[in-house]
Amino acid sequence: MSDSITLKSNNKNLWGGGVEPFKASYGKLMMWFFLISDAFTFSAFLIAYGVIRLKHPAYEGTLSDFTFSQSYWPVPEKVFEAFPFFHGVELPLVFVGLMTFILILSSVTMVLAVEAGHRMDRKGVEKWMLWTIVGGFTFLGCQAWEWSHFIHGTDLGSRLLDGSIIYGANLQINQYGPPDFAAFFFFITGFHGFHVFSGVALNFLIFYQTTVGIYEKRGHYEMVEKVGLYWHFVDLVWVFVFTFFYLI
Amino acid sequence: MLEPENSFVTPKPADKSKIWKIWKVAIILGVVTAAEFYVALQFPESWKEFKLLLFIGMTFIKAGYIVGEFMHLAHEKKTLMWTILIPTVFVIWLLGAMVIQADAIYQAIYS
Repeated sequence: MSDSITLKSNNKNLWGGGVEPFKASYGKLMMWFFLISDAFTFSAFLIAYGVIRLKHPAYEGTLSDFTFSQSYWPVPEKVFEAFPFFHGVELPLVFVGLMTFILILSSVTMVLAVEAGHRMDRKGVEKWMLWTIVGGFTFLGCQAWEWSHFIHGTDLGSRLLDGSIIYGANLQINQYGPPDFAAFFFFITGFHGFHVFSGVALNFLIFYQTTVGIYEKRGHYEMVEKVGLYWHFVDLVWVFVFTFFYLI
Repeated sequence: MLEPENSFVTPKPADKSKIWKIWKVAIILGVVTAAEFYVALQFPESWKEFKLLLFIGMTFIKAGYIVGEFMHLAHEKKTLMWTILIPTVFVIWLLGAMVIQADAIYQAIYS
């Protein structure tokens, strides 16, 4: 008899166990907490970029006179102005913009997959997960092209003070400006790209488990929501990288 | 054991207004991104600080829609929402501290 009384008083306590105070499952909360820690990592990267950039002299002249130099920080829109199959045409930030649109669209298809999951619509989840995976792969392909172009450099390269000409960039030299600029490009877009890659792998896992009917048997599609949270976060990080690395 | 080829679960019909709401957020994100382009390439070079302010503002509009609508945080319990949002003030602190630090390094090297 006394047992039932104890149980009753426990039920009234929101944090006493047995209820979900946040109305969210364990797995979803853990995904949120992981994403906070990941947000701190990316913030640290972007703030470190800001510190190193402010440590270097800024370019003072007009945009039309801009040339690559080791003595000041480059203007990003002068560095990222190439587009596949348009060799020699100056298209500032157009390719990065295209990548941004691709990632936003694949975020939208992910929301549609989650929505289909709420309705237990297996065919809908399969369709939208597939589009999300296609978007992720397209983004990765674009990034591979951008890295390749950045590493190989422009036709004219950049002349150093001793008269030698360097082409492209790696972790030692950088034709676009101070070597730190290339290092941060590789680290920030690389770390983000690795997140996209992991996201595509997780999305594929979810797609596979949907097709074999695991979630249908389980009775809910919450795994789609959890991986969806991660995928939107990758998009969110890109929004910040786009502004603080490419636009400013 | 053989798995049945077709599922016996009948999906609930889609709510058109819900789907439209998702696409509306997508359109807003697209339009804001396009506006960022316009500011970056068409606004005069001399408006540096103003452009910076616009970029940061538009970034936070986009971030708000992604976190609030796509990640559904605006519709979760308020305690959960603040548990996620409040820790990000540490980022603002780090940003402020490091900008001051960076300026000090610059002054030490170049003046």
